[in-house]
Amino acid sequence: MNQNVENPQEEGSKQEVSLEALKAGDMAEFARLVDIYSNSIYRVALKILNDPQDAEDVLQETFIKALRALPSFEGRSSLSTWLYRIAVNEALMLVRKRRTNFVSIDADRDDEEGEAEPAEIVDWCCLPEGDLLNAEARQFLNAAVQRLSPALRAVFVLRDLEGLSVKETADALNLTETAVKTRLLRARLKLREELSVYYAERMAERFSK
Amino acid sequence: MSDHEHKHEHQQEHCHELLSTLGEYVEGTLSPDLCRELERHMKNCQRCRVVVDTLRKTIDLYHETAEDTSMPAEVRQRLYLRLKLEDYRK
Repeated sequence: MNQNVENPQEEGSKQEVSLEALKAGDMAEFARLVDIYSNSIYRVALKILNDPQDAEDVLQETFIKALRALPSFEGRSSLSTWLYRIAVNEALMLVRKRRTNFVSIDADRDDEEGEAEPAEIVDWCCLPEGDLLNAEARQFLNAAVQRLSPALRAVFVLRDLEGLSVKETADALNLTETAVKTRLLRARLKLREELSVYYAERMAERFSK
Repeated sequence: MSDHEHKHEHQQEHCHELLSTLGEYVEGTLSPDLCRELERHMKNCQRCRVVVDTLRKTIDLYHETAEDTSMPAEVRQRLYLRLKLEDYRK
């Protein structure tokens, strides 16, 4: 069995990783796997947890667990999806641990609610690029992702920030594709709402100048 | 209720029905029939047009910022150390 890594996210990853070599315990090959995916895994963990130390812990745990589990990896999903799955599980476990310390008010209610009616109707698309993506705006975009529930955040991070397909996201999160699509739309609509409030204020500031 | 109010209310109901199709619409996977229905609706409904445009823009902005974060060199170094891969570092 020789599975090749398709669509890797990182640069310099055009060469194929041999699953056969990985399963045989070839550490040079494992180092290549780490080289290709560590950046993506770190980014996913950081976007879900918003804490560099926690993200680093998840990164290390992901590859330690992968190394241990490789001999029994059956190749039903791609290596990348499998790595994302381990990383997201680790990250969500940390989120749950944090919750026992802080009472959460938003829990995972998103799963039960229907689509919230869009409330902020301002066309801010015409704002200049410099306003849409300056340092402050980037910070706001980041903070808005953190306000999503963990269930929605995980879907949004994999699909929209890491560019996984709906199918890959579903595989990595053990969800159906329908559930991914539903959560993705909810996450995107919530973010649209938050960004609309934020950019409407920026537009008002421009007009008042 | 005036005609105008009635029409407005009717339209809002339609907006709500179409909301669940927006996901597929912005992904480009909505069936041609529903696509036509949504686009016909948007011609007369500025509200939905703005929602779709700002939804698309929201997704675009996140795509643009996705690469902002990358792993610091020292994090990479500690990872290789923890995995005992120092000899294989490029």
